[in-house]
Amino acid sequence: MSALAARGVQVRFGAARAVDGVDLEIGSGEIVALVGESGCGKSSLARALLGLVRPSQGTVDCDDRPLDYRRLKEFRRHVQLVLQDPSGSLNPRHTVYEAVAEGLRIHKVPGDERELVAAALSKAGLRPPERFFLRYPHELSGGQLQRVVIAGALVLEPDVLVADEPVSSLDASVRGEILALLLRLRTELGLSLLVVTHDLGLAWNIADRVAVMYLGRIVETGDTAEVLTAPRHPYTKALLSVVPEIARQEPIVLKGETPDPSRIPAGCRFRPRCPAYAAGLPADLADRCEKETLPVLPADRGHHAACVLP
Amino acid sequence: MTAIAWQRRRATASRFWADFRSHRSALVGLGILLFFGLVAVFASVLADPAGLDVTKATAPAHAGPSGDYWLGTDQSGRSVLTLLIHGTRVSLIVGLAATAIAIVIGTILGIMAGFYGGWARSTLMGLTDWFLVIPFLPLAIVMATVLGASLLNIIIVIGVTSWPGTARLVCAQTLSVRERPYLERARALGGGDWHQMTRHILPNVMPLVLAHVVLTVSVAILSETTLSFLGLGDPTRPSWGYILDNAYGTGAMSNGEWWFVLPPGLCVVLVVLAFTLVGRALEAVLNPRLREGS
Amino acid sequence: MSLLELRDLSVTYAGDVPAVRGVSLGVAPGEVLGVAGESGCGKSTISNAVLRLLPKSARVGGSVLLDGEDVYEMSFGRLRAVRWATASIVFQGALHSLNAVQTIGRQIAEPILLHEPKTSRKAADLRVGELLEQVGLPARRAKDYPHQLSGGQRQRVMIALALACKPRLLIADEPTTALDVMVQAQVLQLLTGLVKDLGLALVLISHDLSVLGTTCDRVAVMYAGKVVEEGPASVVFDDSRHPYSGALAGAFPRVGDPRFRYAPAGLAGDPPYPGDLPPGCSFHPRCPVAFDRCVSEEVELLDLGAGRRAACLRAGEGS
Ligand SMILES: Nc1ncnc2c1ncn2[C@@H]1O[C@H](COP(=O)(O)OP(=O)(O)OP(=O)(O)O)[C@@H](O)[C@H]1O
Ligand SMILES: Nc1ncnc2c1ncn2[C@@H]1O[C@H](COP(=O)(O)OP(=O)(O)OP(=O)(O)O)[C@@H](O)[C@H]1O
Ligand code: SF4
Ligand code: SF4
Ligand SMILES: [Mg+2]
Ligand SMILES: [Mg+2]
Repeated sequence: MSALAARGVQVRFGAARAVDGVDLEIGSGEIVALVGESGCGKSSLARALLGLVRPSQGTVDCDDRPLDYRRLKEFRRHVQLVLQDPSGSLNPRHTVYEAVAEGLRIHKVPGDERELVAAALSKAGLRPPERFFLRYPHELSGGQLQRVVIAGALVLEPDVLVADEPVSSLDASVRGEILALLLRLRTELGLSLLVVTHDLGLAWNIADRVAVMYLGRIVETGDTAEVLTAPRHPYTKALLSVVPEIARQEPIVLKGETPDPSRIPAGCRFRPRCPAYAAGLPADLADRCEKETLPVLPADRGHHAACVLP
Repeated sequence: MTAIAWQRRRATASRFWADFRSHRSALVGLGILLFFGLVAVFASVLADPAGLDVTKATAPAHAGPSGDYWLGTDQSGRSVLTLLIHGTRVSLIVGLAATAIAIVIGTILGIMAGFYGGWARSTLMGLTDWFLVIPFLPLAIVMATVLGASLLNIIIVIGVTSWPGTARLVCAQTLSVRERPYLERARALGGGDWHQMTRHILPNVMPLVLAHVVLTVSVAILSETTLSFLGLGDPTRPSWGYILDNAYGTGAMSNGEWWFVLPPGLCVVLVVLAFTLVGRALEAVLNPRLREGS
Repeated sequence: MSLLELRDLSVTYAGDVPAVRGVSLGVAPGEVLGVAGESGCGKSTISNAVLRLLPKSARVGGSVLLDGEDVYEMSFGRLRAVRWATASIVFQGALHSLNAVQTIGRQIAEPILLHEPKTSRKAADLRVGELLEQVGLPARRAKDYPHQLSGGQRQRVMIALALACKPRLLIADEPTTALDVMVQAQVLQLLTGLVKDLGLALVLISHDLSVLGTTCDRVAVMYAGKVVEEGPASVVFDDSRHPYSGALAGAFPRVGDPRFRYAPAGLAGDPPYPGDLPPGCSFHPRCPVAFDRCVSEEVELLDLGAGRRAACLRAGEGS
């Protein structure tokens, strides 16, 4: 059973196909990492999964039922968002208490507001919670702010948390604590988690499964340990080779940046930058790289890669 | 918890006051406003309102300053000082009430236009352009003539003609706040448009509006003076502009009756200046971008 | 001999904020020195101190030697000549501050024309083209405006700008922050290439120890305005002697190493504010192996041999 799933999701901005057909499932209690370069469509996919943008094709399934955009408010209690820059995602004029209570007030959650806020703050590791109630965002460090944002999401008791680059604006020494918190939320509350990141180390740290995205498509997916230790897609291989820690091997530095999603090349979308193709492939394979439209990878738990190479 | 909350509010207020106090000119402005405010509130105590009635005036007309009439008398023998004191009340009421109308209209339209963007914004921009291009005076004169000369109508005329500036300011600010991540977070929490506008955009737009309010008041007072001076004011509620109109209409200016002309003129200038000084200081204190620049 | 040498450098900002407290470092031509540490530890302050770019209210102690000459004793004319031509900085976040209404070519030509007023427009354009090629951008991009370039390309432009007057020392302050992995790899490759080809001395500032560990010869790890560990890059990264460097190294896990699976490493607590530092070893409130002496004793950098130094009372214990 999946807690949240994308089925053939496409997100367009004008001519740009930011997300171009993605199947992805997040099982309940599962941590999935969505990795890829800047501009490859990770955030757009995450926003579609949150119902913040409406896919131009395909559906978002919540508990195996297609999301009803007329009943978004209900869905909000089910899936929550944590953004990249914690200092920007809190209103500078609201206290911590108000920021965390915001969701409760929007949904008119019954019960003692003060107690619920305190409980959420402690779950997010801000203890004793009362000490933080009346602080303003500018009085807290980045790590503390990110905990407040997480508490604000937890207070609605969601089943799924979508975290878009949750630690990339935090200090190295604080990063681990936030990741440990996310892991703990999974074990203690059974939360499912989709982590959007361009950092493979983070995926290795906490994710059960990874999905590697390139130019609007998932090009490789599977169990984290498998994908990151035995990558099959040339793009994943390149990404792995430039992670500083394992750069003992010769890094495969790709030229250029993620190409324009409004001009997706025919055949394999990675071909213009593919080192394997550039190094020369047997004619039949090279031909397939140029012409074959590769299928959308299935959302199951197997290890798949969208590449003609075996 | 409320005790601490209050303590925090007090701390914020005192920090604000400390910032504000560092602007010398603003303190001067505040002093002037305080003075005129008190005069307006205690007008009836300071000068008997009966002195405004033309039929009860006993003193000679066009008399210069004397022990009984410190600022002399007008064409009907009323004390100019009495007129001035009660005029303060009228001028301030018009200024504040008209500003309130302008701010409410301007803020609501500005936020909606900025938030929804698209055609809502282009319509508003077109409308404000239209208002900004048409000179204020002819428009106000036409409106005042059509509606008739009463205090309420003057307030409405000024209020309705001076909201576009506020709307533009609020719209621009809304546009920048709208893109902040905390609005996306509010949406993800399930907050609707109303929630986003009232809980997030309004509080972040308000400080700028506050500074703008004070500037708008001075413009409104000036407008009132102009309209009254042109004879479009309420004759039963004498304002500063009304005094000036009378002075002009009865040839006080050419006869060198300075006591009839100078005091109301000075009052207008002082109040407008004071509001401007306070407004500029508020803007500097409340708008962090200006503060960085200084 | 060192091209840049900091001797016991300290910087105190107005309001008694000791941002840098006694830092001694050196870098030779052809060498890459990494400076790591988290936000607010004083990295940018050091880079600004080198070219006397700190606000006037900041007090500077110790000395900064460029080619053996004290920067703080130079006349203004001399200082102007040294800026850009001897040492030049790629400022933190500067890729966002390129002038939006000027082509990048003109912006790169500006310092050249300023320093060598006799240069003809044509010669300057030629040089701009060369510089762009040097940083891996086609010369025709000189006609582009900043908004036509991606983040990584803008960072290249910033590097070209810094190289405009052929400096011998380049300080790059967080040149890859906010760029993603692949572009980061491109920029780092470019920088190390320049060191090799031009014999530059490079100071690479980053909050990410793993980046420095693989690109630098030596690294210095800073905490609260002090160097807490210094040594050959790979050794500091793999076998740190200060618990803080250990934590920094662990924060970016080795992909493939089972020890890091489901075990993100981090430090409890928050970085200290320089205006309000704890006594003794400033790291003790967050240190997992602190003991009683750490609270009271000032800790100095201790020479550990093999070119390594660490400021920890436990540094001598080995790992
Ligand atoms: N609101 C929008 N209007 C137009 N284009 C957009 C919009 N949002 C995103 N895009 C485009 O869609 C593509 C994917 O953007 P997205 O933000 O999803 O990338 P990302 O993978 O999250 O990148 P990053 O790592 O930089 O956050 C980009 O080319 C971007 O320019
Ligand atoms: N002009 C200034 N006036 C007062 N304090 C300052 C000034 N500039 C920096 N500081 C303080 O000095 C300390 C060190 O700042 P610095 O910019 O050197 O840090 P950094 O290591 O570069 O951090 P980051 O990784 O965030 O760039 C910080 O606590 C900062 O708040
Ligand atoms: S299909 Fe061909 S071009 Fe595409 S990734 Fe595989 S080898 Fe490269
Ligand atoms: S001196 Fe003590 S507190 Fe400081 S790093 Fe070493 S063990 Fe930790
Ligand atoms: Mg993104
Ligand atoms: Mg810095």
